[in-house]
Amino acid sequence: MDFNLTQEQSQFADALRRWVEKDYNFEQRKHIIASDAGVSPSAWTALAELGALALPIPEAQGGFSGTAIDMLVIMQELGRGLVIEPYFATVLAAEFLKLAGQHDHLLEQVASGELQMAAALNEKQARHELFNIATSASQNADGFVINGVKTVVLHGAQAGQLIVSARSSGAQRDSDGISLFVLDANAAGISRREYRSIDGYRAADITFNQVQLPSSALLVTQGAGWPLLEAGCDYGVTLLCAEAIGVMEAIFAATLDYLKTRQQFGVPIGKFQVLQHRMAEMFMELEQARSMATLAAVKLSSEDAEERRRTVSAAKARIGQAARYIGQQAVQLHGGMGVTNELPAAHMFKRLTMIELSLGDTDHHLARFIAQPGFKAAA
Amino acid sequence: MDLNYNTEDLSFRDQVRSYLETNLPADLKHKVLQHKRLHKEDYVRWHKILAKQGWVATGWPTEFGGTGWSATRRHIFEEECARAGTPPILPFGVAMVAPVIMAFGNQAQKDYFLPRILNCDDWWCQGYSEPGSGSDLASIKTRAERVNSLEGDHYVVNGQKTWTTLAQHADMIFCLVRTDTGVRKQEGISFLLIDMKTPGITVRPIIMLDEDHEVNEVFFDNVKVPVQNLIGDENKGWTYAKYLLGHERTNIAAVGRAKRELQFLKRYASEQQKNAASLLSDPIYASKVAVLEIELMALEITVLRVISQDSGRPGPEASLLKIKGTEIQQRLTELMMEAAGPYSLPFDAAFLDGESEHSIVGDDDAAPLASYYFNYRKTSIYGGSNEIQKNIITQMILGL
Ligand SMILES: Cc1cc2nc3c(=O)[nH]c(=O)nc-3n(C[C@H](O)[C@H](O)[C@H](O)COP(=O)(O)OP(=O)(O)OC[C@H]3O[C@@H](n4cnc5c(N)ncnc54)[C@H](O)[C@@H]3O)c2cc1C
Repeated sequence: MDFNLTQEQSQFADALRRWVEKDYNFEQRKHIIASDAGVSPSAWTALAELGALALPIPEAQGGFSGTAIDMLVIMQELGRGLVIEPYFATVLAAEFLKLAGQHDHLLEQVASGELQMAAALNEKQARHELFNIATSASQNADGFVINGVKTVVLHGAQAGQLIVSARSSGAQRDSDGISLFVLDANAAGISRREYRSIDGYRAADITFNQVQLPSSALLVTQGAGWPLLEAGCDYGVTLLCAEAIGVMEAIFAATLDYLKTRQQFGVPIGKFQVLQHRMAEMFMELEQARSMATLAAVKLSSEDAEERRRTVSAAKARIGQAARYIGQQAVQLHGGMGVTNELPAAHMFKRLTMIELSLGDTDHHLARFIAQPGFKAAA
Repeated sequence: MDLNYNTEDLSFRDQVRSYLETNLPADLKHKVLQHKRLHKEDYVRWHKILAKQGWVATGWPTEFGGTGWSATRRHIFEEECARAGTPPILPFGVAMVAPVIMAFGNQAQKDYFLPRILNCDDWWCQGYSEPGSGSDLASIKTRAERVNSLEGDHYVVNGQKTWTTLAQHADMIFCLVRTDTGVRKQEGISFLLIDMKTPGITVRPIIMLDEDHEVNEVFFDNVKVPVQNLIGDENKGWTYAKYLLGHERTNIAAVGRAKRELQFLKRYASEQQKNAASLLSDPIYASKVAVLEIELMALEITVLRVISQDSGRPGPEASLLKIKGTEIQQRLTELMMEAAGPYSLPFDAAFLDGESEHSIVGDDDAAPLASYYFNYRKTSIYGGSNEIQKNIITQMILGL
């Protein structure tokens, strides 16, 4: 067994961290959030130059064929730096193309940094259920026509291309009958309403009104998209878990530092045993979470889909709990400082909270873990 | 033992309830029930309505214009207000500085300030905490030096307060200031009332997690305060401050509000779907709500037990109420946000501020929930953090 990073992975991480420190610090980030665009074109160029965009893309499409473990390293750094660029959205969407083995030219554009993408999967009534899809895809002579509304699509307004889940047949909650498409985000009939999310990201609600797609937009056999949808989102969950580890590392370090420097009653507050124990709990939460993020990244490529689902959901559930505990306690230990928007730790807390609610919350993944046949078989 | 209210209490409750039904303006009620941000006018308006009825100062004796109600009646009143969705009566004037003025102020101070507090003519804020003095409040450094002059004796105040809630609206601030540096830290503190319009005072906003402007830094640069604004004796301020802290913790359990929020939570969760059924019938989620509801039931009875001992002022058991009350409030906001799921992400300040009628994503119930959750992290920090409250329990009750 080997838990060490390769030299290449460490170099990648170092390079990203240096970039964040130099060009993406807390003040710079604040300006990006407040800007009209809500994202930074120069940050995007930097990410491309650092190779972060090429990393997950296959070599054949100009990428580095990076593994999920490689991506763990990247996402941790982006998490630590609270980077709010459409990186996750783009990489998640690209994963669907990769898994489908299609649209190589789009993957090439992602690798080079030309294209940003987003995955429009969520619907209002669905909460966390990916298969709960009302958006319809009906076939016609020219291909498919899409109608429906996707909600809280992360960086949906920045994307040049979208991955969209839609229903070809079946009832609203059937996993059969789901189709997946890739389409131009500016196609006729698409309207996007953008807004800020509370953790500083941009998201959008996207309405599809009689959007005509060519047949080539279909990613896998019509109506048989569910396995691909699940696999792609498991990749996304794994990335979010990794990001959460980075954020937790940063907020943990900031809190530890605060305990050593903040003085009350003539001593650093870290001298109070109740706070020491709280910090020890946070430390253990972080280590358990780190183990699960690593496990998920390793098992993501498992041949056995059940093993993948089981591990990814276990990781999201465990990391969700750690994120909540660490986030809340970090704020508490900072006292009044913890609830001000001026403190980076407060933004880390917000990001952790939103990661927990994205792509299935803790309860959702616990239920999914329980629902895997192996859970009861082991009894 | 009888855990029911007696008939007089029940008819009192009905009286309050019907009063609120006719007198609470619908727009204020809507804002409160929708978890929207309240503005200065909202607080003042409700305060003045209640003042007309003579129901603002539920904890004051009648001689000063209070209701003179028993603790049980106050509890019923607070519960009814919470149930109806009234804006809160801010504590800084009525519940904090007024009891100190009554107990330790001179006649002129009582005559001038108390009626103005009753009628909300002055907006008060609390100047205790400083950047270096939070939990260790007695270490405050803001200096007040007494100067004799022809125009009358005054103090010159220099220093900084922080976390001052809603000071941006304030007419008056009550401050702990250091008047003697040569003695034990608790012994050199005085209690001063300062007009916020005095030259030399600067208020700088602190923006909270939910991006609302709720607290401030207040800077004092050679601020002249007439000696008439000193409460009681110089260097006795710590005694008064401790007296006040006891008052700050009444109704801190906020059981009435928690009961209302529990109803909101259940209603909202029952409208959300999970597994083709209501979220409230999902066993994992429902059991979390049930655990919370039971905790709240227990707290309500604990509050009533404390009240029935009615010693006039809450003792160290107030710490228990503060901790449990805030834990329940925080948990409520957590479960609300969970119920909203991804729909708590969109941030819509215009909607929260009442500038637009509906939220961008079209779920007006969900829109404020993440902000609410983030904002309520404060409750375990302010008013003496929950760690400090546990220290009080271990020392004052357990004798450890
Ligand atoms: C929203 C908000 C509104 C406020 N409004 C006002 C106001 O209007 N007026 C005003 O004067 N103040 C106000 N406060 C200030 C509030 O009273 C302080 O924040 C509080 O006393 C904690 O102080 P601190 O923030 O300096 O934290 P610190 O005292 O630095 O505490 C940091 C951490 O250390 C812990 N800690 C400290 N000492 C001990 C100990 N001995 N044992 C164990 N743990 C310990 C604390 O519990 C906390 O977790 C407000 C605060 C907030 C957040």
